[in-house]
Amino acid sequence: MTAPVAAKTALKEKFAQATDRPSADHDAVNVPVGEVVAALKYLRDEFAFDLLMDLTAVDWAEGASPRFTVVYHLFSSVNLGYIRVATDCTSNVEPTAPSVVDLWPAANWHERECYDLLGVKFTAHPDLRRILMWDGYPYHPLRKEFPLAGIEVPLPDSEVGVETGAAVIAAPMAGGPFVASPGEINLTEAEPRAKDESWSDRRPRPDQTGLKQFKG
Amino acid sequence: MVSTETEIAYNSKIEGEVVVSRADAVINWIRTNSIWPMPMGLACCAIELMAVGNGRFDISRFGAEVMRFSPRQADCMIVSGTVTYKMASQLRRIYDQMMSPKWVIAMGACASSGGMYRSYATLQGVDRIVPVDVYISGCPPRPEAILDALIKLQAKIKTERSASNLFKEA
Repeated sequence: MTAPVAAKTALKEKFAQATDRPSADHDAVNVPVGEVVAALKYLRDEFAFDLLMDLTAVDWAEGASPRFTVVYHLFSSVNLGYIRVATDCTSNVEPTAPSVVDLWPAANWHERECYDLLGVKFTAHPDLRRILMWDGYPYHPLRKEFPLAGIEVPLPDSEVGVETGAAVIAAPMAGGPFVASPGEINLTEAEPRAKDESWSDRRPRPDQTGLKQFKG
Repeated sequence: MVSTETEIAYNSKIEGEVVVSRADAVINWIRTNSIWPMPMGLACCAIELMAVGNGRFDISRFGAEVMRFSPRQADCMIVSGTVTYKMASQLRRIYDQMMSPKWVIAMGACASSGGMYRSYATLQGVDRIVPVDVYISGCPPRPEAILDALIKLQAKIKTERSASNLFKEA
């Protein structure tokens, strides 16, 4: 496992702006977004980091600057070691990062997912479409300001939406989030439950309208 | 001249073997015992649905073993699994392609109510887009529960006014 340490040292020598990144496990470096492709290519070619294990991003919440950080996890199948490279996006509103599909084809779908859920646009990506949510979905659900329950929008297929009267709704939380009591011996009691069970899907809260159900 | 024949009942020796019944009963009897399910397998519930077709549980005892993967050849959609909003439209279109009469079984917590997925991506119950006849609880349900749902669906079909529905205005 000595290779990653050498890789990190060499990377910091070659790229003067690269800095150490606090890490509880593997070596990690921060690299400016302008140099990240060159740095990753250097790691791949010189230190045999041939596997892109993961590519994701962090949203540090509204108001933070930099708000978005793209993170690359690399693994070397030759030296059997990991390294983590992180880069802060310049814009807090329209974050962009360079695509690394040319370095690792595996980055293709990872970048699509990252774009879909966090809205990081990868420049020069060959096919930057949403991968989990449908085309035309107006939000990026893993951003911090997006509520877990979702935001009301029409169904992806407007014909079906008109015919059924259904829409994407904010999921009813029914008193949730649901919590289990650990250590409970009675398994029925240990089932995850809403903290407030006085209302549910069937018995709506007085200040909320009932949920619509399709009658065929 | 008044006939000396005093037998009011149908004489099978003259006319052949005939059973008199109501059209509803006959149609429902046929429909009840040859349900052709369409396995709308979307998640782990589909695995239990496969189990119910195997010898240990043997859905063919109830005449519903002919799983058809084309909606045009099926009359009972078993929605087994989590329905995402992205899939919801396709599910509705597949349902629309099935020929009437058709029924829907919502199998498991996800299909019935969204289950544990109280999230932005999951349809909160398939009954929001298709009319559901039977709901099955469980995550996933035991195969016995699926058989129970099938029997309940059969009981429901037996109560339908099938003959008059044939002439119902669409």
